[in-house]
Amino acid sequence: MLSIQENQPVEFSAALLEQFGEIVARYPENQQKSALLPILHLVQAEYGWLSTDSMDKVAAYLHIQAIEVYEVATFYTMYFLKPQGKYMLEVCRTGPCCLVGAEKIMQHIENRLGVKEGEITADGLFSWRGVECMAACGYGPVLQIGPEYTFYENLTEKSVDELIDTLRDKAKQQA
Amino acid sequence: MAEEVVKFKVTIDGIPVEVEPGTTILNAARQIGGDIVPPAMCYYSKLEGTGGKCRTCLVKVSKGSEKDPRPMPKLVASCRTTVMDGMEVQNITSPDVVEARKGVVEMLLINHPLDCPVCDQAGECKLQDLGYEHGDEGTRYEFERRTFERIDIGDKIQLHMNRCILCYRCVFVANQLTDEREHGVLNRGDHSEISTFIHKALNHDFVGNVIDVCPVGALTDKTFRFKNRVWFTKPVDAHRDCPTCAGKVTLWYKGDEVLRVTGRKDEYGEVEEFICNTCRFETKHTSDWTLEEPTPVDHESVIGANHYLNFNPPSVIHEDKKLQLANEEQLARTERLK
Amino acid sequence: MGRKLLLEHINEPGIQTFDVYRQKGGYRAVEKALKSMSPDDVVEEVKKSGLRGRGGAGFPTGMKWSFLAKPEGVPRYLVCNGDESEPGTFKDRYLMTHIPHALIEGMIVSSYALGANTSYIYVRGEMMPQIRILERAIAETKAAGLLGKNILGTGYDLEIYVQPGGGAYICGEETALLESLEGKRGNPRIKPPFPAVAGLYGCPTVVNNVESIASVVPIINDGGEEYAKIGIERSTGTKLISAGGNVKNPGVYEIELGVPVEEFIYSDEYCGGIANGKRLKALVAGGSSVPILPANLISKTINGDARLMTYESLADGGFQTGTMMGSGGFIVFDEDQCIVRNTWNFTRFYHHESCGQCSPCREGTGWMEKVLYKIEHGQGSIADIDLLWDIQRKIEGNTICPLGDAAAWPVAAAIRHFRDEFEWHVLHPEESQSRNYGLAHYADPIKPVAQ
Repeated sequence: MLSIQENQPVEFSAALLEQFGEIVARYPENQQKSALLPILHLVQAEYGWLSTDSMDKVAAYLHIQAIEVYEVATFYTMYFLKPQGKYMLEVCRTGPCCLVGAEKIMQHIENRLGVKEGEITADGLFSWRGVECMAACGYGPVLQIGPEYTFYENLTEKSVDELIDTLRDKAKQQA
Repeated sequence: MAEEVVKFKVTIDGIPVEVEPGTTILNAARQIGGDIVPPAMCYYSKLEGTGGKCRTCLVKVSKGSEKDPRPMPKLVASCRTTVMDGMEVQNITSPDVVEARKGVVEMLLINHPLDCPVCDQAGECKLQDLGYEHGDEGTRYEFERRTFERIDIGDKIQLHMNRCILCYRCVFVANQLTDEREHGVLNRGDHSEISTFIHKALNHDFVGNVIDVCPVGALTDKTFRFKNRVWFTKPVDAHRDCPTCAGKVTLWYKGDEVLRVTGRKDEYGEVEEFICNTCRFETKHTSDWTLEEPTPVDHESVIGANHYLNFNPPSVIHEDKKLQLANEEQLARTERLK
Repeated sequence: MGRKLLLEHINEPGIQTFDVYRQKGGYRAVEKALKSMSPDDVVEEVKKSGLRGRGGAGFPTGMKWSFLAKPEGVPRYLVCNGDESEPGTFKDRYLMTHIPHALIEGMIVSSYALGANTSYIYVRGEMMPQIRILERAIAETKAAGLLGKNILGTGYDLEIYVQPGGGAYICGEETALLESLEGKRGNPRIKPPFPAVAGLYGCPTVVNNVESIASVVPIINDGGEEYAKIGIERSTGTKLISAGGNVKNPGVYEIELGVPVEEFIYSDEYCGGIANGKRLKALVAGGSSVPILPANLISKTINGDARLMTYESLADGGFQTGTMMGSGGFIVFDEDQCIVRNTWNFTRFYHHESCGQCSPCREGTGWMEKVLYKIEHGQGSIADIDLLWDIQRKIEGNTICPLGDAAAWPVAAAIRHFRDEFEWHVLHPEESQSRNYGLAHYADPIKPVAQ
């Protein structure tokens, strides 16, 4: 995953543009705007978040106005409009998960990472937030990590600790 | 021989009217006029696709049509529901409608700043009218009101997002009157806001019309900002030969000075013709315009209340030289505008 | 054991793959429909089956199909609603994860019935793994000649694409879903026109839930009449129930409609009873938006009849004493759960998910959340409970889409059945912060009401 600073210009790679093209081909002529949500997911997977410049370039690619991209990117909760930790832990905070202890899990994550909801750890590796129902109520508490939205279910404090350690090791190896 | 035009008969609050098929309940009511016309905060007949959002125009359909007389199960948005032949509608005669509308007014006001004393829209604000005519006294809301970060959208238009009721009219203006929309609705739910996202001045030729269509003080004329209360200004219809628009406007005078220029509005507060930015912002001298006549003003309105159309000096003035002197200017203007 | 139509082969190793699915008799419905039935025949079978939309509204699927406008020269679309987000519901995730070909097969047969040559499966963006699974399944099916141009030499062409959402519950509302699929904000459209006339790209469109579409497969294989033999009255066939909350065995169960609720909760075949030996306090039977029921209205209706897992029996008593089948999100609350806290939680959900288009929902959901937060945290007053009741009443029925109702109903039902728990929070502000109200009298038998 590349990372970009705020408002630094981006240039989509040939591979990314090829994927854009495949998506646009799914829709009838002149309906290329339909590709907006899937393309924003690809851009976010590439850069970790959606900078203004990246959204402007998506608008240009789809021949739509920049505001149309901003409107969509700010409506849907999966799109990040500022940089996040390398691993964003999204914990379900809705009723059924709370019946089986999601609130405790969130508290534990906050203690363990030492950052509040929405903040990034000093090493840039983690951020976390509560999200609304992830449609996995029978396996709660649950959390997911983008960009592939890998899923972790039946969480316990112990399994969360192990997950954080594993991710930290993984990041070390990649570095 | 002219072909016979099929018309639908619809009854609103017991008053029958015949309208063309495809007419909405709201527009049928407007054809009748008067108190039975539902209020509309988001619908704007000159902008395609508006309506349905504010829910102030909800009415009860007590009979669907001649063919299918069943009532509709829920209250419907009269601005987006078309009439059927034989339809019967209840607006102010339905306690359900009055109650629901009261609820909508309360909802619209819970986060509205109520900063009317410093709002340029006060006096011609549709939310003030709505609250006065359809709302309840007081509010049951006890929490802090929602606020937004201020953003600058240029030197012509002032955006006060805190006052916005999200009618989306200004978005339709940009879509339908300009070739590039630079503002829109961002975020969602009660965090939704009108914004440009990045700092940007709105300066398309026709974008100034967002001011006229805004039912509240969210989008106001920056060149008129804090210049005067609208009820102290005197509207006069005028026109000019404009290469961009029809050039038919209302000039708002204070003394001899044109404080602001707007489109001409009808009794429902909708402009008759959209005007260009040049007419609105750049031509503010009487010499730019051919004056027509004082804009007809509803007697009940705050502008009317300021004795504009006919300055009716209390009889005591006629007998008192001192008072005549004190009101000299006002009397002179009344003479001038007669 | 009840009959399994959707999950019959769920435990077969490799059922995720085309080959195993095909070996187990998969894609017979495609062969049968495309080779020996006309599109109208397929619609007719679905009508006969009595299948009702499994997404929550329960509208008869065959009837919905028959409303589809068919103007000359205009494409028609089938869009599958895989935006599963209703708290308590996770059956579509299960189906798409474990037996994706059931959905693809249903999509082919349904698209054929509706005359669609391009169909989309809109899956919520968070289900990226399921999106990958479906994309793989589509590729396999295409490679086998069951999808693409001239399927099985019948001359019928069909492409299926998977579309990810971006994180918005509201996109489960069919017109918001279509807006989203067109690359816009998920603002529900103002109806009419209905999608059957002007849907995706302004063309006639049918939007169906994942489970509804998958159910078309057994209907075509065995015939609509056979399908209708399962179940009771107008609740025909089998239904996936997502069981969660405080049950011993949470998970997705396929039931024959008509199973008694009591059996579903306590039998080892299904939920296996309440977890940790606790007692049942309350039930949300069909996803967070349906009215919550106290323990004494769960097993039996107000008239003393056994309550069954059918659309009719769950709704018995109306909102006064009944609830709804909804999407089959079965959330069980044990005696240690706080109804006020849960109501606040659900309301926070609806507040968060309101699109913000119409005023009662945009403003009202946030207002209810604030009042509930106050009560839950021991700062409420009795007047606040009445205020809540009034706010929900002003939202219900007055909004553009059903999200307003969905936000209002749980609040109304919680106050209707658990008002004393709300009052206890108000009258015992400190105690309510340190312990729960508990089961109280909620499981006591209901006294017969004098006529």
